[in-house]
Amino acid sequence: MNEIVTPRSLGLSREDLPNSYIGRAVPRPNARKLVEGRATYTDDVSLPRLVHAAFLRSPHAHARIVSIDTSAALDVPGVVRVFTGAELAKVCDPWVAVLAHLKGMKSAPQYPLPLERATWQGEAVVAVVADTRAAAEDGVAALAVLFDPLPAQVDMETALRPDAVIIHPELGDNLVFTRTAETGDVAAAFASAHKIVEATFHTGRHTGVTLEPRSIIADYNRADGTLTVHHSTQAPHMMQNVFATQLRMPEGDVRVICKDVGGSYGIKVHVYPDEMAVACMSRIMGRPVKFIADRFEAFGSDIHARDHRITGRLAVDAEGRFLAFDIDDLTGIGPYSVYPRTSAVEGNQVVNLCGGPYAFGAYRCTTTVVLQNKSPTCQYRAVGHPIATAVTEGLVDLAAEALGLDPVAIRRKNLIRDDAYPCTSPAGMRFEGLSHHASLDKLLDMVPLERIRADQAEQRRKGVYRGLGFASFIELTNPSPFMYGIGGAKISAQDGCTVRMDPDGSVVALSGVTEQGQGTEAILAQIVAHGVGVPVAKVKVVTGDTQTTPYGGGTWACRGAGIGGEAALQSAIALKEQILQVAGAMLQAQPSSLDIIMGEVVDRATGQSRMPLSELGRIVYYRGDTLPKDLARELVQTRHYITKEYPFAFTNGIQASWLEVDIETGIVKLLEHWCVEDCGRVINPMLVDEQVRGGIVQGIGGALYEHCIYNKDGQLLTTTLADYLVPMAAEMPDMHVGHVETPTQESLLGAKGAGEAGTAGAPAAIMNAINDALGPLSAKVFAQPFTPERILKALGTIA
Amino acid sequence: MNRRIDVSLTVNGEKVSRSVDTRTHLIDFLRSELGLTGAHTACEHGVCGACTVRVDGDAVRGCLVMAASLDGAVVETIEGLSDTGEIRDLQAAFVARNASQCGYCTPGMLVSAADILKHAPNASRDDIREHISGNYCRCTGYQAIVDAIDDVLKARRESEAA
Repeated sequence: MNEIVTPRSLGLSREDLPNSYIGRAVPRPNARKLVEGRATYTDDVSLPRLVHAAFLRSPHAHARIVSIDTSAALDVPGVVRVFTGAELAKVCDPWVAVLAHLKGMKSAPQYPLPLERATWQGEAVVAVVADTRAAAEDGVAALAVLFDPLPAQVDMETALRPDAVIIHPELGDNLVFTRTAETGDVAAAFASAHKIVEATFHTGRHTGVTLEPRSIIADYNRADGTLTVHHSTQAPHMMQNVFATQLRMPEGDVRVICKDVGGSYGIKVHVYPDEMAVACMSRIMGRPVKFIADRFEAFGSDIHARDHRITGRLAVDAEGRFLAFDIDDLTGIGPYSVYPRTSAVEGNQVVNLCGGPYAFGAYRCTTTVVLQNKSPTCQYRAVGHPIATAVTEGLVDLAAEALGLDPVAIRRKNLIRDDAYPCTSPAGMRFEGLSHHASLDKLLDMVPLERIRADQAEQRRKGVYRGLGFASFIELTNPSPFMYGIGGAKISAQDGCTVRMDPDGSVVALSGVTEQGQGTEAILAQIVAHGVGVPVAKVKVVTGDTQTTPYGGGTWACRGAGIGGEAALQSAIALKEQILQVAGAMLQAQPSSLDIIMGEVVDRATGQSRMPLSELGRIVYYRGDTLPKDLARELVQTRHYITKEYPFAFTNGIQASWLEVDIETGIVKLLEHWCVEDCGRVINPMLVDEQVRGGIVQGIGGALYEHCIYNKDGQLLTTTLADYLVPMAAEMPDMHVGHVETPTQESLLGAKGAGEAGTAGAPAAIMNAINDALGPLSAKVFAQPFTPERILKALGTIA
Repeated sequence: MNRRIDVSLTVNGEKVSRSVDTRTHLIDFLRSELGLTGAHTACEHGVCGACTVRVDGDAVRGCLVMAASLDGAVVETIEGLSDTGEIRDLQAAFVARNASQCGYCTPGMLVSAADILKHAPNASRDDIREHISGNYCRCTGYQAIVDAIDDVLKARRESEAA
């Protein structure tokens, strides 16, 4: 089962099909409800007997919970109940977020609400349930919780020192995970190098800022023992499993529904203790409980990401060829590894991805993952990619400078050749087919290099400092069980699609992958319309309901098109074959002599219409008596797909950023940005372009603005959108997107992911552009975000 | 803290009378009391613009206006603007350009964009970027939104000139 069907084996050519929707910029079918304000986000759902939860959150980075007095809170009008950690622990097992294949990884058990200690400022400690959110907050204000503040381990650099505060004494130390990947003779390569360049990079801790905050309604029905959860999540089946497992319920008794999701970017693919607390409270109370994080809560309790310090060295020979990378990464992840994906994966990805686009002989990279008393970090869009790309591309530009080479020339010399595939990188990543040189060619077609360099020289004469920066990158997509499954995490790497023809010839597709605005439902409709042979408007796509959709992984690591799309294509092709079997019986024709085009059964040879699908549907469903008795007539097919040959489908691309640095103020003004990316088969170019642009802007955010800033006591200082800057329209440049298509041969569809590309490369391109601009002033920046303060410090303007 | 005030106002052309808690913001009143869930809550500080609606013809932040202050006011939300057809071309342009990804910022963004159509028909792309800088979008990178608004401004100018 699940054999990979090739175009040849089917006698099909995708592009030649008259009703081909692959590669067309079809508008999203679900966009109209979004623009009319008629979408259904979790907070838009209201249920009978609904109560609202609010949490008292720890004001300390680390504190013992001495006592909790709930009496005044219970007297507040509207307050129904107050829950502590001990009460919730009676119905919910704790979880430990480790993966078996990340050797030696450790973390502590985590409960919905902590039992004895709060370990970061913002951790939910006590829950109040009331008939309105306002009343629940009144209840929280009336709680009397006595904390005994403990010393906090805030700085990741000191977390492994002998005098560090051990956050979980039973673990012995604050080391969560460390891994070194080493290939070739690194020491010899550095010893023989013509030049060695070195720098220390920092990537700023930032977070996703989904405009729709984390949202959940849990509804336990005592009559039938079912738990229905309306949830703003990317992975409904994963959450179904988590709720069932932790609450000790059969998985079939848990249903997770996510209709419209207002942004996710990885933020909503994790298990949050406050959300588990909501499920526990509903389980105990037997009534629906809603929790919508407010923005203050979001900043302190959504996962953060990218809190890394990385030192890197690159050895090059006299011709500018790369010999070896030697990299040391340190990251602080907060007090717990986040369930079930774990917070070690980001550092692990840095190890996997550094040096990724280049051919070189020796590689050493170590990641060290430590605990600290700050908000937990975990997977956010392009996990580890922007970190690895910034380090790699920063070192590449330093090498170019050391050798007097042009940034384009040094990349051209070292990028893995387009005819070198398949191959395995020094970090151990298997590449099926990448297109670094074709992508660079395409980028150079788009970037007016001569005009830019001439303008740059002219502006410098006027005292205006402009810079152009490049960043090649690789992107990990279409993850197999090698990402999480082999480590013991119950996260599905396969996905399924059920496709059904209804009596009027319309088609319903139910998919396990989910829609968060990236256009999943649009591309699935295109793929199914293409595969069955019907107009795209005749396809209705259903996602985001674990009770009705095939079991799958949802949305993470760019798997919607590549995994979910292939399952949709295979099920659509199977449905088409089934329809043609029935049509053959009706029309006294060989099924192989028939085809379906734009909703009509046609003669394959002549294209002549034989019967509309609506007529076929009418007869199958209402006049089955007129069909042969033994004719199989299931106009519904399900296929599941999983990649088999490669653990991941790597994609690649290159970005360029053109900007101006005001050396008086340190402010960076973005002028123009380019990205060429290769996501394999492009299903909907408009949607891919917008994914890339949106990704670039999130990368720009990390590079220039976004920063979760803590004081030395572990107090988060950026807790509103007035303190935490995100990119706005006025500062964003025009972004030009180009494509190279190298379809994966693993699937008929050939699609890889596109969602991480923009975020992966933008910070490195911006860093290199800033350093290019500041070149004449001998100033360089390597610590993100590149704030005016940091740029002025690099310039020596301020101390 | 639970003082209530009676207000009567017009919301999307319909008369509404309620007794509201004095601390209730307009956005919560619209969403919780009236079930008008089109406008969204996101930052609660008047920064991000997701809750933008119209009060007496002006685009305002629903998270900064108190419902109790709106006796006699005329409020329009994205649902009302959709029903009247005032911004049908703008909505169509947003769909055509994929200027809405997750859609959470979109209703507020459209109300702000409608303000440009009304008050700055000759707005340049830079003007558009400036005007919508109070409306955060985390998905699109803004470019498609600027394109969509620009398309509609041009089309309206052309149809007026014709």
